Amino acid sequence: MSADTTLGFWGIPLAVLGGAIRVSTPFLFVSLGECITERSGRVNLGLEGTLVMGAMSGYGFSYLTGSPWLGVLGAGVIGSFLGAMHGFICGKPRVNDIALGIAMMLLGVGLAFFLGKPLIQPTAPRLGAIPFGFFAHTAQLRSALNVNVLFVLGVLLAPALHYGLQNTRWGLVVRTVGESAEAARALGYDVNRVRLLATAAGGFLAGVGGSFLSLYYPGSWNEGLSSGQGLMAVALVIFARWSPKRCLFASLLFGGAGAIGPALQSVGITTGYYLWNAAPYVLTLAILVASSSATRASVDMPAELGVAR
Amino acid sequence: MADSSGLSGPPGAAQGPSPRSATARLDLAVLGPRLEPILIPLLALIVSLALFGAFVALAGQRPLDVYFEMYRGAFGTWFSFQNTLQRASPLLLTALCTALPARAGLVVIGGEGAFVMGGLAAAATGVALAGSPRGVILGGLFFAGAAMGALWIGLAGFLRARRGVNETISSLLLTYIGIALLNHCVEGPLRDPESLNKPSTRHIGEANMVGSIPGLDVHWGLVAGVVACIVAYVLMERTVFGFSAALVGGNARAARLSGVKVASIIVTTCALGGAAAGLAGAFEVAAVHGRANASLVAGYGYAGILVSFLARHNALAIVPVALFLGGIAASGGLLQRVFALPDATVNVLQGILFVVLIASDTLYGRIRWGALKGASS
Repeated sequence: MSADTTLGFWGIPLAVLGGAIRVSTPFLFVSLGECITERSGRVNLGLEGTLVMGAMSGYGFSYLTGSPWLGVLGAGVIGSFLGAMHGFICGKPRVNDIALGIAMMLLGVGLAFFLGKPLIQPTAPRLGAIPFGFFAHTAQLRSALNVNVLFVLGVLLAPALHYGLQNTRWGLVVRTVGESAEAARALGYDVNRVRLLATAAGGFLAGVGGSFLSLYYPGSWNEGLSSGQGLMAVALVIFARWSPKRCLFASLLFGGAGAIGPALQSVGITTGYYLWNAAPYVLTLAILVASSSATRASVDMPAELGVAR
Repeated sequence: MADSSGLSGPPGAAQGPSPRSATARLDLAVLGPRLEPILIPLLALIVSLALFGAFVALAGQRPLDVYFEMYRGAFGTWFSFQNTLQRASPLLLTALCTALPARAGLVVIGGEGAFVMGGLAAAATGVALAGSPRGVILGGLFFAGAAMGALWIGLAGFLRARRGVNETISSLLLTYIGIALLNHCVEGPLRDPESLNKPSTRHIGEANMVGSIPGLDVHWGLVAGVVACIVAYVLMERTVFGFSAALVGGNARAARLSGVKVASIIVTTCALGGAAAGLAGAFEVAAVHGRANASLVAGYGYAGILVSFLARHNALAIVPVALFLGGIAASGGLLQRVFALPDATVNVLQGILFVVLIASDTLYGRIRWGALKGASS
């Protein structure tokens, strides 16, 4: 950040770009996970809790095993367990998926804070970055292009999921269940089981997204780590109209909005720093307002979904 | 008919099901479904306590000891009971923020934002009116808090009614926006230059603060909360407005066809709920802190969601449930001191309670009460 003076205000868009790539990764994973879940016709609002649990357990596994990648895997497994729990309970008649999501959010955050108490002090091995900016001369461009492997994985995962949902047998089953449970049942598919698996898969990705928070950026475990990314990702999926590809761009947009405040601060503009913190939430809300309609459901919305109704 | 059959034939073992047990079965078949709203949450409570017991056992503590200390920390002594009351009083009001819109079928989880914004508006008003008579300051401060809360959640209701924006997500987003606004105001425009370590607004003046209820170390917010719950109950159960709201919650299209102004019901229930949470924030400023700062973000709004769901969105049931959850929160400190358990222990208990409670929704209408009694006798 010391080279700010040489770049002047060009530092702002650069810092926003770098910030967008850093900040967007958890959004990307959570929204891809939620995308799978919602395409099967269910909403998991508990991903905020899953994210925090993923952050805590990823850090814990990394600390205990000495391998950050085992931490990422562990976070995913814990996340899929939480997702399966949501999927299982929701499979019972009369259980509301949104209410259960709120409950799972509180439980996940509470559990993470409880189990994570001993992890606040120690330092766990963290994930490294790939220096895509090796060609650049300016320090800022180089730091902006220091990209974490998880981000790259997420970028590859988005089109892969898109293909998977559109062109594979599994994707077709998930979409059928999400569009019409009755049709899927008539075809002989166990609707609850498909949804349970879809929610577990979504939980896995959300857990991985959480591990990014504690293992790369901000890069340590503490109780203020997540600030609603898990919930914003749900709004982001609505904005991305349930398409994994569009989730990628939406995540970058959200990440960029979150990076404006710190970027301005890095060039010495501190007025309204706390207001800029609200930028991603205001943006989410504005997008929701613009993309919702009182009279009709969104074009691409899975017909079995309750969140946009 | 059941009475006459019970009187006429003496119960005999050889006659198959005895007339008396037939009476009991009939009563249970009638009573059981009516008692479900009480029995099922109680069952959920017992199951959660058992699960939490297993959890503490895994953490290396004896569950019964933990429960005993929790009871002691919540209701055991006069001091701890007052602590419970202090913690319960904001919950009474923040729970209404979820309970009132819930009658119209909405899931609002933004009580924390309304609480914070209400507190901020109250502090700003209290400071702006400095020098006025105490009554004017307090009147303005409570009005500002309630109005701000009403505006905050009313906005979520408005967006729902006009644009179909999901109120669960929008109310939570508004919470984060509210917290950012609080941070902005106490760091910038409204900052008391003398607050160094913890940026705050100016103090509304010790002389202007709300005192305690005589004989208790609990501020008047408790009374306000109980009154608000009673008023909300009457409003929701005994008025045309409440009936219209229930109609909207049951079937919005049918409500519209029968002439109910659905949009205005949605916005009004949200605004009323928000006003309650905003009032709670105003009490937190006027009776506890005297100024607005980050201490307002203490999770009362989130705990209120749980209270409302546990009370099945019934405004009267909120009173005992808030007391119960206030007790759990109050016992947290003792758990930390006696067992060295983390302060998040009570959050885990709350989370388990919430999940089990929502899962128990599946039991309604599915328990075969008549068969249950027949099997046991």
